[in-house]
Amino acid sequence: MYKYNDFDDAFLRERTAQFRAQVERRIDGSLTEDEFKPLRLMNGLYLQLHAYMLRVAIPYGTLNSRQMRQLAMIAERWDKGYGHFTTRQNVQYNWPKLRDVPDMLDALADVGMHAIQTSGNTVRNVTSDHFAGAAQDEIEDPRPIAELLRQWSTDHPEFQFLPRKFKIAITGSSNDRAVTKAHDIGLRMVEQDGQPGFEVIVGGGLGRTPMVGKVIRDFLPKADLLPYVEAILRVYNRLGRRDNKYKARIKITVHENGLETIRDLVEAEFEHTRADFMGFDMQALTQIEKHFQPPAFKQADTEGYEAARTANPAFRAWADTNLTPHKADGYAIVSISLKAHGATPGDATAHQMRVMADLAEWFGHDEIRISHEQNVILPHVHRSDLPELYAVLRDAGLATANIGLISDIIACPGMDYCALATARSIPIAQEIAERFDELKLEHDIGPLKIKISGCINACGHHHVGHIGILGLDRAGVENYQITLGGDGTETAAIGERAGPGFSAEDIVPAIERLVHAYLDLRTTRDETFLQTYRRLGAQPFKSALYPEAKANAA
Amino acid sequence: MSRKFTPKVVTANDLLEGDVIYLAADDRWVRDMKQAEFIEDEAHAQIRLLHAEQQPDVVVGAYLADAALGDDGPEPTHFRETFRTRGPSNYAHGKQEKQAENV
Repeated sequence: MYKYNDFDDAFLRERTAQFRAQVERRIDGSLTEDEFKPLRLMNGLYLQLHAYMLRVAIPYGTLNSRQMRQLAMIAERWDKGYGHFTTRQNVQYNWPKLRDVPDMLDALADVGMHAIQTSGNTVRNVTSDHFAGAAQDEIEDPRPIAELLRQWSTDHPEFQFLPRKFKIAITGSSNDRAVTKAHDIGLRMVEQDGQPGFEVIVGGGLGRTPMVGKVIRDFLPKADLLPYVEAILRVYNRLGRRDNKYKARIKITVHENGLETIRDLVEAEFEHTRADFMGFDMQALTQIEKHFQPPAFKQADTEGYEAARTANPAFRAWADTNLTPHKADGYAIVSISLKAHGATPGDATAHQMRVMADLAEWFGHDEIRISHEQNVILPHVHRSDLPELYAVLRDAGLATANIGLISDIIACPGMDYCALATARSIPIAQEIAERFDELKLEHDIGPLKIKISGCINACGHHHVGHIGILGLDRAGVENYQITLGGDGTETAAIGERAGPGFSAEDIVPAIERLVHAYLDLRTTRDETFLQTYRRLGAQPFKSALYPEAKANAA
Repeated sequence: MSRKFTPKVVTANDLLEGDVIYLAADDRWVRDMKQAEFIEDEAHAQIRLLHAEQQPDVVVGAYLADAALGDDGPEPTHFRETFRTRGPSNYAHGKQEKQAENV
């Protein structure tokens, strides 16, 4: 992974020193809140419902054991002993005190981490495939490009005051695990004549106007990537609407001007940017790529793994659900679920963070990833080490065998923490997970993605959930709307609203009716919820959700 | 025609702690909504809000929140304000932590 050089380190130290002085000036009254707010947001500090919240960037979701241990230390020393991993592969602390935040940022800088541009109208943390560098279906590890984008976008003087925030996702695989089509810019690696390049997708996004991104360039050679992305940003910076916050994202710019117009403008701008870059970016990339060499994969006997599978059904169930095939022989990608039934999706205690750091160090070539689905990945674990790894996970409450299943729910913090939320998300996720665990149906149901947002901004990605849940305030009462058939992968689709919302009491039974309808409707055990939905359409599912309407119509 | 005024309290977040605070009748900032000043007059509400906004070194984001008068003082009328009086529902953190200690 990328290691900071002297320049990076000095830059970061200077930023935290600046922020320390800004906090002091806020406290002594020299800065008003209006003056201070943009400064704190530049450094990831929000003021939420009950407290401040510090959002720490985990660039493209990659970190090592030392960094994870530091996150644990920060959680214990300055917060309440836990951290919340988010859909942008970041980590959030929910209870920092204003005076402590500069110390927290210094502690992060000690391990090459920061909270820069995790907020504000700038290019945010670039997200990537959480299996990057390990996936079988990968053309190339996309993280060197992600790091190049991070360095380019950090403090980029032209793009510090964009019309609105800007999110970039990148994947090196044909199977899109990075939700690239729901980003301002999505980059999907593709090959042409044996050369890797990118399909460039623009104008995707969720929020109040969900849109699937559109392909602006079928194939962009890797060498042209940075000047092309800069050209897109320039066109957006010029055309993006600053008069209306709700129309300021690039998806609206593309929608209002039309893809062809935007493409022509970008290509024209690209002529200039390509000339300006003069190859410095590719020199930087060559340096960055040296940091992302694959680990020295080992050879070992996997008989012990096979024996443990036979002997221990719990281990087998976990292995079947939480492992993904690795590109290296004898290896597996381990997904550690942060979705124990009834727990808060994405939360890990300081103790759990240390356990995961230890496991990465002992068995995982010191690599850890955070997924946008709020789980933790050990990308390189040899199968011979899995039985021991599993035992340690189990003792730490981290061995839940539910990756990709109904209880592996994405949920935003919702009104339990967020100042923007219109309803709670976490308790709904907890209740759904507990209910289906009680029914012992989860493995029978198979792959099913439920995603919950506590407001229209859709941090919980509800639009691309197979079942999406959106929490709203309806006349002073929490109300939950269901969307069906969303998909965040390469076959991306925005879910369709099923009908009137449900109260907090009625939403879990409604989900249960929906799932039972699916179990009745599927042709075989292998037909997933999404496949069944695509085959039959929304109607039978709506009938299950609203039995009264069906009775009235009869 | 303007909407009928409903009773309010002045609330904000504490600058240093971030915690939810309320303005009391004697100008103190209190952590418990029940000790807040219950404001039934619209003009007075605006004066009290201005008073709060003039303390940028103490509070952040002052606003008027709807309230009803209960047996022990002002109470929230909207669920968002109810959550602000106690904390999140997934852990006993925030105000409910201290409330539990006091029982």
